[in-house]
Amino acid sequence: MFGSGAMTNSIPEIENHDIIFVIGSNTTETHPIIGLKMKKAVRRGAELIVADPRKIDLVRFSSVWLQQRPGTDVALLNSIMHVIVKEDLIDKKFIMERTEGFASFKESLLAYTPEEGERITGVSREDIIKAAFLYGNAVRPGIYYTMGITQHTHGTENVYAIANLALMTGNLGRESTGVNPLRGQNNVQGATDMGCIPDFYLGYQKVTMPGIRQKFEKAWGIHLSDTPGLTATEMTRAALEGKIKALYIMGENPVLSDPDMNHTIQALKKLDFLVVQDIFPTETAELADVILPAACFAEKDGTFTNTARMVQRVRKAVEPPGDAKEDSLIIVELAKRFGVDMTYDIIEDVFREAGNLWPALAGINYRRIAKNGLQWPCPTHDHPGTPYLFKGAFPRGKATFTAVQFRPSDELPDHEYPFLLSTGRHLFHYHTGSMTRRVDPINRVSPCAYIEIHPEDAQTLNVREGDAVRVSSRRGTIEIMVLVSGRPAKGVVFIPFHYREAAANVLTNTALDPISKIPELKACAVRIERVETSPK
Amino acid sequence: MVTLKIDGQKVTVRKLSTILDAVRKLDIPIPTLCHHPELSPFGGCRLCLVEINGSPKPVASCTTFARNGMDVTTTSPRLEKLRKTTLELILSDHPKDCMVCERAGDCKLQELAYFYGIRENRFGGEQRVYEKKDNNPFIARDMEKCILCGQCVRICDEIQGVGAIDFAYRGLRTKICPPFENDLNCEFCGQCVAVCPTGALTGKMWDQKGRQNFKEVDTVCPYCGCGCNITLHIWRNEVRRVSSKEETLNEGWLCAKGRFGYGFIHSPDRLKKPLIRTAPKDISAFPIHQTNPPLPPFTKGGRGGIHPSSFSLHPLSSFKEVSWDEAFDYIANRLKQIKENYGPDAIGGLSSARCTSEENYLFQKFFRAVIGTNNIDHCARY
Ligand code: FES
Repeated sequence: MFGSGAMTNSIPEIENHDIIFVIGSNTTETHPIIGLKMKKAVRRGAELIVADPRKIDLVRFSSVWLQQRPGTDVALLNSIMHVIVKEDLIDKKFIMERTEGFASFKESLLAYTPEEGERITGVSREDIIKAAFLYGNAVRPGIYYTMGITQHTHGTENVYAIANLALMTGNLGRESTGVNPLRGQNNVQGATDMGCIPDFYLGYQKVTMPGIRQKFEKAWGIHLSDTPGLTATEMTRAALEGKIKALYIMGENPVLSDPDMNHTIQALKKLDFLVVQDIFPTETAELADVILPAACFAEKDGTFTNTARMVQRVRKAVEPPGDAKEDSLIIVELAKRFGVDMTYDIIEDVFREAGNLWPALAGINYRRIAKNGLQWPCPTHDHPGTPYLFKGAFPRGKATFTAVQFRPSDELPDHEYPFLLSTGRHLFHYHTGSMTRRVDPINRVSPCAYIEIHPEDAQTLNVREGDAVRVSSRRGTIEIMVLVSGRPAKGVVFIPFHYREAAANVLTNTALDPISKIPELKACAVRIERVETSPK
Repeated sequence: MVTLKIDGQKVTVRKLSTILDAVRKLDIPIPTLCHHPELSPFGGCRLCLVEINGSPKPVASCTTFARNGMDVTTTSPRLEKLRKTTLELILSDHPKDCMVCERAGDCKLQELAYFYGIRENRFGGEQRVYEKKDNNPFIARDMEKCILCGQCVRICDEIQGVGAIDFAYRGLRTKICPPFENDLNCEFCGQCVAVCPTGALTGKMWDQKGRQNFKEVDTVCPYCGCGCNITLHIWRNEVRRVSSKEETLNEGWLCAKGRFGYGFIHSPDRLKKPLIRTAPKDISAFPIHQTNPPLPPFTKGGRGGIHPSSFSLHPLSSFKEVSWDEAFDYIANRLKQIKENYGPDAIGGLSSARCTSEENYLFQKFFRAVIGTNNIDHCARY
C-alpha cells in the first residue's frame, strides 16, 4: 500500500486518461458526473476496461468487459498481473526506485495463470489477457473502484491487489495516472479526514502512535483516552453484547444501511440510551430515546471535501424549519452541559483549528475557496493544492507490494440458498432514501423496490416481470417485485438498498473484512420463491 | 497555430479552431443559437454568419475552420439583414407567450428578437401545434417553442451518452422527440434543459415558481462524492430551482438528483422540534417481514409513487415535543449517568458523511475530548 483512502488524481484529469479500468463501480449511476468524464475520455480516444458482475451502463462504452463472479476480484486482478509479468509489461525503474517486496510478490502470482483466472472468475482467458495488455501498455491509465471492491470480507485484499497492479506498472504519481477509490457520499472524505474514525485523529494521525495523543491533548487542553475505539459495525455488535450502553447517531440511518437489519434493530433496541440527530424521522430515529432536528446542507455554512480531496464551500441559503438547528450548534451546546467550552465565533474558526492540527489543510481558508475548491495537501497559503498525489515519492518512502491470495466470500450459494445476492444503489435514489424518497418527482420515476433477475433464472423460477417474489437469506425475508434483466449474470441477483419496505439489508451478511471492518454487503446467498397471491 | 484577422484585429488560435472560436477569443459578440463549445458543430441556425474577404457568400463561423491570413468581418449591413431575416423566420411560428414563458428573461431567442427589434412578423405563418404528452415528472417539453437548434439532441448523445431524443420527420414537420414520439424515458439528468436556448425544455417543478429576482447561493451538491458545484435559487426562504455554472468542476453538468432532487429541503416531514420518547420502544417496533406492493412504476404507464408520509413514522405517537434546553439537559444527564456507571467506552458516536467537515470535526472532538472515548465512526464502510 502507499497511502490513505483518497483519489490520487483529480476529476478534470479523468478526460486525459488513455486507459480507464473501472472495477466494482457502477460509476454512471453512483457518480454520474465522474461517469460523464469517463465517457468524455472515451470520446477522446481512451479505452475502457470494465470489470463488473453486472452489465452496467458503462459496458456500452468499453473495449472489454470482464464479468467476474461476485467476490472473485483478487483472482481476476492476480491473473491480469500474471500476464503483465509474463509479457514483461512491468515498470522496472519504478519498481526499483519506489517500491519494495516485488520479488516475493511476483512469486505469489505464479499460480494465477489466465486459465486459473478463468476457472475462478468465469472471465475468459482471452479477455483477461486483453485487459492485461491494455492496462500494461497504457501511458496514462486510471483505476477506479468503489464499494464493489471494498464491501467484501476480503475487501482489503482487493484493494491491495489494485495497488499492486498500479505499482508494478509504475502507474502512480503522474498526471492522469493513478488509483482512484470513489467515495460514495458528499462528504465521506471530509468525515474521514476530520477523524471520525476510531483509530485515527484528524488527518490520519494514529491514536496509538506515541506523541500524537499528547499533541491533541495539548491542543484541546484535556486528557484523552488511549484505548482504540470501535468501528460502527463493532459498536453494533458491542451493543448487542451489552458493552455499549449509549449511542449518539448524527445524520445516519444504520437500520437501513447496515447489513442484517434484524441484527441492527435488536442491537439498537438493547441500548440504554439512543440519540438520533437528523433532518428526517428515519427508521433509526424510530428506535431513539431522543430525536434532535438538524439543519440540512442548504441551511448551514461550512465545507465538504469531495472524493478527489477537494475542499469546497457549502453556503447557507435558507433558514432551517421550525426549531431545527445546525449540527455544529447542537454539539457545542451539549458540550457546555459537560462543562466544556467548544464555542466558536464563525464556523471558519473550526476549520482553522483543524488546519492547525493537520498541515495538509493549513493553507486552505474560506477566502481561498470562495470560488473554486482546493485539493489537500495544501500546506501553505500560497500552495496551489495537489491535483495528484505521490509525485516523486510516497509519504512512507517506498511503497510495498502485498501478496494476496484469492479467498472465497464468507457465504456462497448452496443447495438451500442457491442465488448470490449483490446490493447497491441506482441512479434515482440515494442511499437509504430518507431524502430522495421524499422528493415527489423522483419517487414517481422510481417508486418501488425490485430484484434484478437474469431471464433464464426467471424462467426457472417461473416468474415474470412485475411478479412478486419472496427472497430469503439465513437472516430474514422480504417480498419484492421482479425485474427481469440481462444485467446480472445467471445465478446472481441484485437489489437496491434504498427501499425500506423491501430492505435489501434484511438479507445481507454481517461478516466483516478483518482489517477494514467493512461488511460483506456485495455477496450473500439467498433463496427466491414465487409469491402466489400478489401482495396488496 | 493559425493567425487571422477579425474586424481588423489580429488573432492567433490553435489549429483546427473555427472562426467562431477566434471571434470568441477576441470577445466580439456574434449571435449564435445552435452552437455549444462542448458539442460537435452543427451549423443549423445560420446566425453566426460572417463575411470572409474574397469569398462571395457569407459562411457560418461555427462550422468553418480558421485559416492563416483570413480576413473576417463579423458585422455589416448585409450580415445584419440576413440575421434579422433568419430570426424573423424562426419567430414566424413561435408562440408569442413570452409573458408567461418559463424562460423569459433567460431566453436567447427573446434577447435576439429584442436586439433586432422584431415586432411585427412579415412571415406570420401557420403555427405548429404539438400534443403534450409529458407524463414524466421532471422535464416539460413545449415543442412549439423548439427552434431545432439540436443542442439537446447532441448533449444527450455526445455528453450523456444516452441518445434519448433525436430529430424526426422532415421539412416543416421536423421535430425533436424520443423514438416513436413516446414520452421521455431517460436518465432525466436535465442537461438538455440546461442548454435549451428557448422555453422548449424547462423543469416541471419550476412552473410558476419564479424566473428572475432569485437570490442565488453557490454551494455543493449534497448527494454523491463528486462534489458538483450547484447554485440554489432562493425565493422567500425557499429553494425554488437548482442550476450549475459552466465554469465549475462539473462543467455545469448535473444528474437527476442534483438538478431535480432538492424537494426534500422543504418536505413537510422535516423534523422541527426536539423529541423525547414517552412510550416504550416495543410499540414502535419496526415490521421485519415486509411486503413491497408492486405498484406500476411511472415508466410503465402507471401513476406510481408512494406518498412520503406513508413510510415515515408519526413521531408524536411515541414522542413528545420538548424545548432544546430540556433535550440538552436530558441527554447530558443520561450520558453522564452511563459514563459514571460503565465508563466512557460504553458510549459511542456515529458521525455523518452528509454533514460538513466542521461538524464532523466538532463531533469527534466531542466524543474524544468531552465523553472521553475513541468510539467514533461514520458510514465510510457502507
Ligand atoms: S451558431 Fe453557427 S449556425 Fe448556429
